[in-house]
Amino acid sequence: FAGLADVSISEDIPVEGEITVPVGSHSPDEDYSTLDEPVRDTIMRDLKAVGKKFVHVMYPKKSSALLRDWDLWGPLVLCVSLALMLQGGSADSKDDGGPQFAEVFVIIWFGAVVITLNSKLLGGTISFFQSLCVLGYCVLPLTVAMLVCRLVLLAGSGTVSFIIRLIVVMAMFAWSTLASTAFLADSQPPNRKALVVYPIFLFYFVISWMILTFTPQ
Amino acid sequence: LLFAEFDDAANLLAANPDATTISIDEPTEIPKNQHGRLQGPGREEDDELLGTDDSDKTELLAGQKKSAPFWTFEYYQTFFDVDTYQVLDRIKGSVFPVPGKNFVRLYIRSNPDLYGPFWICATLVFTIAVSGNLSNFFIHLGKPTYHYVPEFRKVSIAATTIYAYAWLVPLALWGFLMWRNSKVMSIVSYSFLEIVCVYGYSLFIYIPTAILWIIPEKVVRWVLVMFSLCLSGSVLVMTFWPAVRDDNRRIALATVGTIVVLHALLAVGCLAYFFDAPELDFPAPVIPAHNVSTVITKS
Repeated sequence: FAGLADVSISEDIPVEGEITVPVGSHSPDEDYSTLDEPVRDTIMRDLKAVGKKFVHVMYPKKSSALLRDWDLWGPLVLCVSLALMLQGGSADSKDDGGPQFAEVFVIIWFGAVVITLNSKLLGGTISFFQSLCVLGYCVLPLTVAMLVCRLVLLAGSGTVSFIIRLIVVMAMFAWSTLASTAFLADSQPPNRKALVVYPIFLFYFVISWMILTFTPQ
Repeated sequence: LLFAEFDDAANLLAANPDATTISIDEPTEIPKNQHGRLQGPGREEDDELLGTDDSDKTELLAGQKKSAPFWTFEYYQTFFDVDTYQVLDRIKGSVFPVPGKNFVRLYIRSNPDLYGPFWICATLVFTIAVSGNLSNFFIHLGKPTYHYVPEFRKVSIAATTIYAYAWLVPLALWGFLMWRNSKVMSIVSYSFLEIVCVYGYSLFIYIPTAILWIIPEKVVRWVLVMFSLCLSGSVLVMTFWPAVRDDNRRIALATVGTIVVLHALLAVGCLAYFFDAPELDFPAPVIPAHNVSTVITKS
């Protein structure tokens, strides 16, 4: 700092410039401006994100959109609708009926958390909520299967309807497992992939079993 | 594996001669002695059972492994440090027990994992619930009064039973072995996680057994119970007999007997609770009508 004592700015040279910091990044602007936009825009943005993820699940290509912008709205909607559709089975207090709403909810969320913990403990690089997001969204094919099963059961509950339901549920179970494996398998260490995929298989198998054994009153 | 570690140390030392090193001479001599001893008769089986050839090194490795404090995530990651082929090897070892080989020393080798016990128990819970449901469905299929119910309550009961067995019994056994170890110096002692591991992997044989229990024949079911009990029971007995052998004869026999009895109780209890007994074929509604009509005509 010794050399700077000699520096002086001549009064002829105007000092000019801008003091304000240019706002280059998007998020501070968006945070301020989303207050002004109509509520419809805000809601539609989230709905479009959820819808885009549904499309990604139905056509599972290795895109990173599902992983990057995780959200849990889709899994919540799917879980609640699946649990609601699984009601209406025999609700006698004597008979051991189908699963209650809370049981379905707990199985899906607790199962997803356990699988995520399992994959992280085995050395996976995916984040906790990203994995929850993927596992929740991949319940979509099984929710579709539940819808189809209920419609088929409206028509009748004989052997033919059982065979149709069996084929539909098995196809959707395979779809769910393959979709979630396509998204999650890359983040696992290569010699432990089977260790991570097996619990996912078990998870969707249990959900498929609940859907297949649904009997209306 | 173990020899490779010493090689790495030699390479590292060659690369960086100024590094501080700790030379441990004894362990490198022991394997050579072991090879000499293993050729001798008599004690060969005991050595393999006890695993004294690598128990020193396994103690060293065990000390180096779990060094992270228990509130960090890395601590729990050390319990999942297994590859796919290791898990498959351990399962294979529990299903095909080699007489004379100790499951813990041969397969676990101071790397107990929690993946196997946890997911084998989870699979067993759902297998028993689903198989029991399917079996009851097939048994009661033709009856007009039967209305199929998924019996979802039984899943929670199965989960409680199996997880309690797989975790509380090892806890009790570990406590018991620790207590006896303080009185009788035994060469072989197992950590809690190794006991949980043995119990978890020994339950694997019940998964195909539960699937085969769908067959509604009493004889088939009891043969399956005996067979799987023999296999998994032998794994447990061969693991724990060296640990209690040096103790008082009666206590040793009582311990091993209790292990086998509890294991049998689990199998028989699951069979009795989740699987209805296949009934004999008799036309139930028809006979009383005939009796009533004959009684009326006679009177």
